[in-house]
Formats: sequence, structure tokens, C-alpha cells
Amino acid sequence: MKVERKCKIVEKTRMGDAIYLTLEAGDMVRTSFKGPGQFVHIKCGDAQLLRRPISVCLCSEDEPGDLVSIVFEVRGEGTAWLAEREVGQELDVLGLAGNGFQLEADKRCLLVGGGIGIPPMLGCASYFDRSTAILGGRSADKIILTDRFEVCCDKVMVATDDGSLGHHGFVDALVRQELEQDKDYDYVLACGPKPMLRNVAKAAQEFGVKCLVSMEERMGCGVGACLVCACDMADGSRKHVCKNGPVFDAEEVDWNA
Amino acid sequence: MPDMKVNLAGMTMKNPIVVASGTFGFGREYNEFFDLGELGGICAKGLTLLPREGNPAPRIAETPMGILNSVGLQNPGVDAFIKEELPFLRQFDTKVIANISGNTPEEYGIMCDKLAAAGVDMIEVNISCPNVKAGGLAYGTRPDLAAEVTAMARKHAGSVPVMVKLSPNVTDITEIAKAVESAGADAVSLINTIRGMRIDVNTRRPVLKMNTGGMSGPAVLPVAVRMVWEVANAVKIPVLGMGGVAKGEDAAQLMLAGATAVAVGTSLFADPYAAIKVRDELAAIADRQGLASVRELTGGVKPW
Repeated sequence: MKVERKCKIVEKTRMGDAIYLTLEAGDMVRTSFKGPGQFVHIKCGDAQLLRRPISVCLCSEDEPGDLVSIVFEVRGEGTAWLAEREVGQELDVLGLAGNGFQLEADKRCLLVGGGIGIPPMLGCASYFDRSTAILGGRSADKIILTDRFEVCCDKVMVATDDGSLGHHGFVDALVRQELEQDKDYDYVLACGPKPMLRNVAKAAQEFGVKCLVSMEERMGCGVGACLVCACDMADGSRKHVCKNGPVFDAEEVDWNA
Repeated sequence: MPDMKVNLAGMTMKNPIVVASGTFGFGREYNEFFDLGELGGICAKGLTLLPREGNPAPRIAETPMGILNSVGLQNPGVDAFIKEELPFLRQFDTKVIANISGNTPEEYGIMCDKLAAAGVDMIEVNISCPNVKAGGLAYGTRPDLAAEVTAMARKHAGSVPVMVKLSPNVTDITEIAKAVESAGADAVSLINTIRGMRIDVNTRRPVLKMNTGGMSGPAVLPVAVRMVWEVANAVKIPVLGMGGVAKGEDAAQLMLAGATAVAVGTSLFADPYAAIKVRDELAAIADRQGLASVRELTGGVKPW
């Protein structure tokens, strides 16, 4: 049985414009973990009717309760409410929802995170062995959690649009460079804005490496009943980010939609 | 504890709470939260004769105490529903109400034939569908067309009761209600969503890809209560009331206005257990008022 439950905030940290929260979540991870890259659907006060879907950064089975961490930026009234919550307060959380990156932990992955798509990649970095991470953002202050990636990954590379940190340009240039040098990756996993995902998927395809992407869409129920979070598929069908995703095989997605 | 049983056009339900079409899929997702047998009935996701992929995203926008949606009747088609979803829904001790939309009166007839043969408890006829034969005018906004579709559905539904879902996007909803009653409708359900629009002031783009959509949620409750009251006073057939129900008091308002039963929809998105909570709160209200049956609420408003 799925449940919606109260989760206590046990940690709150600011990372530039982003906020990192760790929640104590009962047996949520034990009962609903499918793979890194799932999301939680959070009620953001009484003034907002809809819950807000936020990707899980890290999660683990723990005592007295499983731990789930999320990272988000304030984008509207819902996340503004969420940003004002403090340690000790409770949130109404539905999860873990969605399918995540469901691969065996021994797969060697090239992880690509862009902007607020960086945190879910940390969950992948800690789950998969011997990963390489490529982190991208508009500028140096958008590149977060680098120290944590360095602990989990064999190699970490950074790209910024303005050149203020690492490679000056987009992440797909680094993806091509890495796939050219190292032919031993089983998968490219990516989370970030759609144009970035499209470019990363294209780079992976050029090198014949399978690519899984985490998609985003405005969501309603978060469980697959209301059908609002439609994602256009290459075969002309429409799947749903909350139930069929958020992780899709890049080849399934209609990148021209 | 008051008696919660109600009878909607010959269909006896264990309680007056059903879930609204389009907010509950075919029940599989919410069955992971609670036993579907807790509900009086389930209005299944709207069906069309052939499968539909629906509209492009974004399909949802939040509004003050409400939402706009433009899903566009995405569904696997009536045949897939009968083969794959109906047997699942039939496992539960609850009433199954199929919801149908057609492009022509003939399509409504064919779907009713199929559903009556498959054995559903009720057919809800959606007459506010986007693509219709009569020059794009929705069936739900013209009494003669609404009556034509109703008559066709009634003719093909056999012994299955036919409930017509009314659009609030009309000048006088009682006109449509009377037209479908005359054409043989066994019940009416209302309100469907109210057409609305939201614009992102920075991009100057409508939030919905289809520009406009249907509004639901707590913000529409007073409109629903008013329309249920008007319709209940205009027709003799029973009314399934819906629109913004989030708590027991909301359901009680719709029943006092004249509804026999009440649907919960958008509130499920905020709280997966909303329908169960509404049922329990409604029972508590009836109990507190010393009613032997929740049925005593129906039409009990005392207008000034």
C-alpha cells in the first residue's frame, strides 16, 4: 500500500539559491524504493491546492525512520512556502513516487546533471559503482554538491555557460569528450532542462551508449490517475512523467515535441 | 451512526460518495492507498470509441483554490476498458460508472451497446466533449443536441441507467437539464469544469498548451451548489452533485441543494484519501444533526 505521511525535517542547509532538506520518512524507503531518481510529492501549505513534485537527492533506510533528502530552488509560491520550513517541522509527503533509474548497481554510468537536475544525480553517484559525473549550470554558484560527488565518483567534471567554473560551455561537449576517451560506460544518465537532455541524448546516441533521462512536467495527482503530466513519445503516444517516468529511455522520447 | 445508503436512479450505493471521472483513472493507482470498496461508486476515466492520446502538455495550471486542466480525453478506448480495466474494477464492492464521450450520436450509441453488454452499473454521458459534429458546438450547450445524444444513449443502454453530465458553461443549465430529462435521462451529474484561462505574464503565454482549460477545485463549489439547486428544482430525476468538494460540509451543501449523491475529484490530488474523509465527515454531520439516514439531507435547504 502506498501512503501519504508526515515527515519531520531533520536537516536544512542552503546551497546558493538551492535549499537542501533531509526528511525522516518512516518506512518510505524500505517500502517504495525502486532506484535512484524517484520523486516525492509534497503538500506546500493550505494555500496551494497541488502538491509539488521534487526529485529525491539521497535516500536510505535508517532508524528511527528512513531518510530522504531533497534539493529545490524557489520557483513559485509552493516552493517559497517550502523554503520557509525549518528543522523540527513536519511536511505532508507522498512517495517515493515514480520509477527512477532502475538498473543494477554494478552498471558503470556517466552521470550528467544540469542546474537543479544535479541533486538527483548524487543519488545515482552513491548507488552506482565507479561513476563519472558531469555537472553543469549557468554559472559557478549553480554547481552544487561537488564535494559529495567527489566522494562517490571516480571523476567529476564541471561545465558552466559563462565559464566561471570548469569548461566554458554546455555539458554535452564534456559528454562527447568523455565518451570518446572512455569506451567502458554502460549508460549515460541525465537530469536537467529539456534542451540539455536532448543534447546529451544525442551525444550518447552518437557513441552508441544507452541513455536514460529524467523528465519534468507540470503534475497533478503524482500517482498516474489524472494524466496531466504528459510526455510525448517518439511512437506518437503520450506517457506520464509521474507513473511511467520520470525516467525514460532517451530513445523513447519525442525530442521535437 | 446514520444509514449512509443512497439510491441513484435505481443504483443502490453503500454511501453517497463517488469519485469524479477523470480524477481517478480506472482506480488502480488509488487502490494502492485504500480499498476501492470503501467508495459508493467510481466514475471511471472518460472513454471514447477509439483510443485517444489527448492534448500536449502543459495540461494543468494552478489557480486560486483551483486548477485548470486540458487533458483532452486521453484514454485507451472503450474496448480496452471493457477488456482490461472493467474486470479489475469489478473485484471491488463498489458501483462502476462508465463515462463516455462521442463525436456523433451514433458513437454514443455504439459505446452504450458495448458497455451495457459488458455490464457496468451506470453510464455517465459526457456532453461537453471538444469535437462534435454540429460545427464544433458542444452537445452540452444546446438543448436539442443534448436531447438527441441522451435519447441515443438511452436507446442503447438497455437496463443500465443513463446519467447525463451537464456543462456549467451555459446561460441556463436548467434548460439543458429539462431537455435531457425529457429525452429519457435517468439522472444528471453536475457540474463539469468551468472554462478558464491563465497567462504567464513574463512569457505572455497561456500556461496551458491548449490556451484554455476546464476549472475545478474548491473555488468552483459555490457555482456547483447554485447549479445543483437550480437543476434539482427543475427536474424530477436525481442529481449527482460535484464541483470542488474537499470536505464533508461541502458534500452536505450539495445534498441540501438537492443532490442524491456527491462526487469528489480534484481534492484527491492534494489528498489521496479525500473521498474517504469526505464520507466520514458527512456521516459525522448527519449523526450530529440526529438524522437516521444521510438521505434526509437531499433537498433539505430552506431558501429565504
